[in-house]
Amino acid sequence: MKRSLRVAFAAGVALAIGSIPAVAAWEPVRPVEFIVPAGTGGGADQMARTIQGIVTKHNLMKQPLVVINKSGGAGGEGFLDVKSSAGNPHKIIITLSNLFTTPLATGIPFSWKDLTPVAMLALDEFVLWVNAEKPYTSAKDYLDAVKQASGTLKMGGTGSKQEDQIITVAMEKATGAKFTYIPYKGGGEVAVQLVGNHVDSTVNNPIEAVAQWRGGKVRPLCVFDDKPMSYDEQITDGKAWKDIPTCKSQGLDIEYLMLRGIFMSPRATKDQIDYYVELFKKVRETPEWQDFMKTGAFNTSFMTGADYAKWVETEEKRHELLMKEAGFLASN
Amino acid sequence: MEELANLFHGFAVALQPFNIMVMILGIVLGVIIGVLPGLGGANGVAILLPLTFSMPPTSAIIMLSCIYWGALFGGAITSILFNIPGEPWSVATTFDGYPMAQQGKAGEALTAAFTSSFVGALFAVVMITLVAPLVASFALKFGPAEKFAVYFLAFCSFVGLSKEPPFKTIAAMMIGFALAAVGLDSITGQLRLTFGITELLNGFDFLIAVIGLFGIGEILLTMEEGLSFRGGNAQINLRVVLQTWKEMPAYWLTSLRSCLIGCWMGITPAGATPASFMSYGIAKRVSKRGKNFGNGEIEGVVAPETAAHAAGTAALLPMLSLGVPGSPTAAVLLGGLLIWGLQPGPMLFVEQKEFVWGLIASMYLGNLAGLLVVLTCVPIFAAILRIPFSIIAPLILVLCAIGAYSVHSSTFDVVLMLVFGVLGYLFKKCGYPLAPLVLAIVLGDKAEEAFRQSLLGSQGSLAVFFSNGLVSTIMVLGLIALFWSAIQEGYGRLRTSAV
Repeated sequence: MKRSLRVAFAAGVALAIGSIPAVAAWEPVRPVEFIVPAGTGGGADQMARTIQGIVTKHNLMKQPLVVINKSGGAGGEGFLDVKSSAGNPHKIIITLSNLFTTPLATGIPFSWKDLTPVAMLALDEFVLWVNAEKPYTSAKDYLDAVKQASGTLKMGGTGSKQEDQIITVAMEKATGAKFTYIPYKGGGEVAVQLVGNHVDSTVNNPIEAVAQWRGGKVRPLCVFDDKPMSYDEQITDGKAWKDIPTCKSQGLDIEYLMLRGIFMSPRATKDQIDYYVELFKKVRETPEWQDFMKTGAFNTSFMTGADYAKWVETEEKRHELLMKEAGFLASN
Repeated sequence: MEELANLFHGFAVALQPFNIMVMILGIVLGVIIGVLPGLGGANGVAILLPLTFSMPPTSAIIMLSCIYWGALFGGAITSILFNIPGEPWSVATTFDGYPMAQQGKAGEALTAAFTSSFVGALFAVVMITLVAPLVASFALKFGPAEKFAVYFLAFCSFVGLSKEPPFKTIAAMMIGFALAAVGLDSITGQLRLTFGITELLNGFDFLIAVIGLFGIGEILLTMEEGLSFRGGNAQINLRVVLQTWKEMPAYWLTSLRSCLIGCWMGITPAGATPASFMSYGIAKRVSKRGKNFGNGEIEGVVAPETAAHAAGTAALLPMLSLGVPGSPTAAVLLGGLLIWGLQPGPMLFVEQKEFVWGLIASMYLGNLAGLLVVLTCVPIFAAILRIPFSIIAPLILVLCAIGAYSVHSSTFDVVLMLVFGVLGYLFKKCGYPLAPLVLAIVLGDKAEEAFRQSLLGSQGSLAVFFSNGLVSTIMVLGLIALFWSAIQEGYGRLRTSAV
């Protein structure tokens, strides 16, 4: 019943959007490649495939949008591919923090300035999780235990010298506690390692750990943002995303949000950028997108143009500093 | 027996006319995807995923899982006919399947492969139906050390049984490990052995290597041997299916063992590829006809195919109940679930009963439909071998090139495939076995990663591999498998000296 209502609503929206004539002067003339610089099943991949589904379902583009995973070299493969496609407007890429961390850690010849910024779609939150069987109920409890264990408690995270490890090092710096950081291939795997008690904590994104939280297997301690998340729908045990305190309020002054944004190949014209900006504005209005944002408790900031470029530039400087402090910069 | 009631409700859902139509469409698409080397189940499902967004979730997952079954069935076809494994887990099928095809027994080999696939999948589905919640919690016991132990067992059970001189096996395996090490080191985040060549960032993809080593290598060999495809005299009528079925019950023990290996590897989740290799290895070791494995023994087709499908099916269980995909295809399916608003995880079985049991019912029906579709096509597939080599060889070459290109949409991979083709030819000419090389490329980096994750966690102590009952048992099994021939010989000597 509920689903049929939603389908009907979606169909209505599709009709409404479909009936508006296209205003952009430029339109793709062949299929658009949507590059994901990460593996299948991860956060970026899920978002890209959701967008692809929305675009197909609501007929937002006349040409097909094809998702292609290029995950080699911590995403370097995907970035270099788009970099080398200058003047080809039929290629866009979704980014995560590896936009900054991969070139810094591996020294591959790439910077975000090689690409054309299109739009910020959302920001992904990070939450400190522990296994629900463990006695820690606040970030302070847990960090005290980490200090006492002097380096034997394990933090599981996605990838090496990427966002999860950056946060871990920042926590070590802020508190003087020591973790053993263990890198895994993907966020879903990390969440399950926590449920199986093979690691002691994680800094999973909400969407990676929500299923385990709903099943009562893991417990959130704090969110690395300056304000609590805005979603008040109950997830489990009377708790909602909104009820997770900020790490700052727990005496752990660290903020970290991850970019989920779109870039396109170099030397794109203004018409071409505008076309994609309009496209993503339409995507953001669909009920499917809003459901997806809610499931993953995303921060739904949206930016384009100069604002977006400026935001990315600040973030790049911050990553350079964070990675330099952590000793993660490539040696050459 | 709440499960059974749920299952029958699931059958009712899956048997709606629209869902049956979707099922058959999915199987046919899946077989086509499986036949094209390189395209593979994961890519195929990813490409076709958007097709399903306008369907209700239950129909959509039925269609996608049927594409998956179809691809699993289809992967065996090219392995047997042309020695080109369409999927990683079909590699072990080539060992005996291809020699059978060359002896004119392509029909038998295909029938055996399809039937065992069905048996393996069916066994796994029954297991999912009966013990789903129990099994899911077993998967949680697998940390890095346990995973490494499973890979260790896969390597050992393969090395210990090789017919080739041990040093040639080890040499081939070490080349495989070296190739697997190229690319990003996932533990330190540094690039390794790429020499500044950006195309190598991704390392050597298994599929490219296999298409080159087997497909191109085989064409080069055949050309040298005088441009003729052996096996053109294959029987091409449906009677061959019935004849093969009469033979099959004799291998019930191999089937059962392979089912168990497959289910276990699928859940852990080590995946279908180690399952097929391990099952082939163990069958070769314990079978009465073990000495003849590799020369076209039907049991050598039954063992890997059964295990691969049992594993492929069982891999869906951790995805549904834990949200951890047991295979790349399962990972793409997982993405699909999220788009339909279904959150895989411990609560899925509780909150989405209709969906879960509809899916499980469709596994029974989809497999049955798949078996019927591919079996009726056996004569057609077998007849492909009657086409003259001079016509089919260029076609295979084109197919291989498309396959290699489609893995990463990169022309560099096509060149790489040709290089691997020459390597495959040289290996065969010099009598080095290809299988250990392939096994090392597939599992080498995963084994390395699990090994280093374990040592990070244990502060560098190797004792972690014997730290609990589960991991020690698997490690000891591995060591026994590795030194099996030595143990057997020692036992034999003891007996003769006692007499």
